[in-house]
Amino acid sequence: GEGELAMASVAPEVEKKEEEEQVVNPWEVSAGKGGIDYDKLVDQFGCQRLDAALIDRIARLTGRPPHRFLRRGLFFAHRDLNEILDIYEKGDKFYLYTGRGPSSEALHLGHLVPFMFTKYLQDAFKVPLVIQLTDDEKFLWKNLTVEESKRLARENAKDIIACGFDVERTFIFSDFNFVGGAFYENMVKVARCVTYNKVVGIFGFTPEDHIGKISFPPVQAVPSFPSSFPKHFSGNDQLRCLIPCAIDQDPYFRMTRDVAPRIGYQKPALIESRFFPALQGENTKMSASDPNSAIYVTDSTKDIKTKVNKYAFSGGQDSVELHRKLGANLEVDVSIKYLNFFLEDDDELERIKKAYKEGRMLTGEVKQLLVTVLSEMVERHKRARARVTEEVCNIICYHIHLVLYI
Amino acid sequence: MGRTKEELLARLEELKIDFKRHDHPVVLTVEDQAKHVGNFGGALTKNLLLKDKKHRLYIVSALADTKVDMKILSQRLGLGKGGVRMAPEENLRQVLQVPLGCVTPFALFNESASAVSLLLDQGLKSKQSCYFHPLTNDVTIALSSSNLDKFLLSIGKQPAYVDLEASPVVGKDNPPDLADLVPSGAFCSSEESVENPTPKDAPQVNVPKEKTCLPEVKAKPKVQNKGAESSESKVLTNNGPNVEIFASDVLEVIFPLFLSEASKKLNIKQEELTQILKLDDFKRRAAPDLESVTNMFKNMAYTAGFHAGFDTMLKSGLGGMPSRK
Repeated sequence: GEGELAMASVAPEVEKKEEEEQVVNPWEVSAGKGGIDYDKLVDQFGCQRLDAALIDRIARLTGRPPHRFLRRGLFFAHRDLNEILDIYEKGDKFYLYTGRGPSSEALHLGHLVPFMFTKYLQDAFKVPLVIQLTDDEKFLWKNLTVEESKRLARENAKDIIACGFDVERTFIFSDFNFVGGAFYENMVKVARCVTYNKVVGIFGFTPEDHIGKISFPPVQAVPSFPSSFPKHFSGNDQLRCLIPCAIDQDPYFRMTRDVAPRIGYQKPALIESRFFPALQGENTKMSASDPNSAIYVTDSTKDIKTKVNKYAFSGGQDSVELHRKLGANLEVDVSIKYLNFFLEDDDELERIKKAYKEGRMLTGEVKQLLVTVLSEMVERHKRARARVTEEVCNIICYHIHLVLYI
Repeated sequence: MGRTKEELLARLEELKIDFKRHDHPVVLTVEDQAKHVGNFGGALTKNLLLKDKKHRLYIVSALADTKVDMKILSQRLGLGKGGVRMAPEENLRQVLQVPLGCVTPFALFNESASAVSLLLDQGLKSKQSCYFHPLTNDVTIALSSSNLDKFLLSIGKQPAYVDLEASPVVGKDNPPDLADLVPSGAFCSSEESVENPTPKDAPQVNVPKEKTCLPEVKAKPKVQNKGAESSESKVLTNNGPNVEIFASDVLEVIFPLFLSEASKKLNIKQEELTQILKLDDFKRRAAPDLESVTNMFKNMAYTAGFHAGFDTMLKSGLGGMPSRK
């Protein structure tokens, strides 16, 4: 089946597979029994784990506490992050690259996660950022017109801007508007280095897939190369790139890293996250057709309350007595997982986890707190979104308005 | 997020470090501080935050009477003449995470200050106890230099005592005696190759005038061991409109006003309210929302500026406008 080709991945699909084998690639994520085995994934992909020393180094270099996604191991794997930090320490720059496949107008909280983390990276390191909206990809994979794809891209751009990126250092572009020139030259350079067999192996294409799909991958690869943005990075061809993304994008950038030296470019570095759970549980899928599978940035506080109370999968026991006796199963409790993502205070989170696990705190109380936390976040986003004018959107997305603060 | 004075004082208690605590209204200068604690027997100190051309920071903590000659200090550090100057206010906030008038050796308790070098006046050792601010300027604590050392060692810093009034000759045969106290792994970003243009280059308020110091050669001070990695942290100054700094400024303005209003309307003494309602907690809660709307405002302002510039270009041409780089 198809997943979303986005930097933020959706929860794994439940597939009745005979083998325990888990499958993770940009178009398919399926877990074996017991959910995704991240250790196995890291081994299989050959990326590194983000350890405490590295997180500590980031904190020291940036002079601020590490983001909670780092503290809690939600962004947990990387490639070449140490090299990026070495470069930064020397006083040189790098740039950030992330993106979204604009398949729907409504963004949910899982979509916001990589953008929140990217904003932190931009604020902490004060580096430029390019954000790619793959409207062409959505056109190729979904039943959309070109106009609709472009429209969705623009609407999504406003939500992305509302996340609070630095206007002086951020360039958001849609493929339909931007591909051409040096960007296209790089696409073709990459394409010449990847055989048909290779993309089939990486992405699972079949002879029935149209050639649009098969030739798409280079589009998502080349924003890793600064020469794709000649007016922005003016001639600084060896500038390194760091890509925050969900770990299912790793195969994509393995391909890119393989090609890079062959065309005289630097390999992009990666910093990778776990998957964001759907409201109904880790093994269910977030889907646009089921609005109760996720919290959307357009939800009212009332909606959030209803969704969390009715649909958030609970690790608590069935009765109050049993719960006080046995406590909650934190491994499957979605409210705790969401708090892990969105509650800032480490101490408070620990207190809640402990109390819930020991049965002193009830599911209802945990959910109540979660509703408060999520409502604040969603209100903040809505307020910001309302203040993204068409003019602002034009500047950040469509004008070549600066040489990205290098 | 910086450490609070409560955290610091709790840590001192954990370490069984003796200190005396004096609360008083906010003071910005040594003179004002003296009015409140001058008669309690401890020695007043002056604390300077200095910065060199490579943006490395130094805290110089000295007895109020000790003469600190910046030119000589600069040479002794191996930075040439005029190699150090007073650091701008921003560095207090961003790196030390203390308010204006509050430079203190205890700022090293903050992770963000891990690359800051600390120079302690030898004279501190000769006093029974010395006065320092514990991260806020509405409290002064008095403790002995050996107790200060105990604290510094507990956070992995080797105390370095220096005869600040000495002025050894520095030349070919006499290497700078304080060179070891310069933080290693200097950071120098391309953004800062232009001298920081922020208007707030004013020195801290509590620095009295310096005079030339006595010529006395002393032995090399102990090397300050900052730990191999900690000396590599970044010191960033921001040349552009910074949302985080702006939001912090706004909250710092609003909070005292709010306390004052609340104090009046609820008929509670403001001192009592400040014990209960903390600026840091308030900032932590308010910052995400305030930063968000500020960011959106910055976007709109930038956009308006872009259009204005674009129209100007269309109508009047380049007219000798220098590029921003």
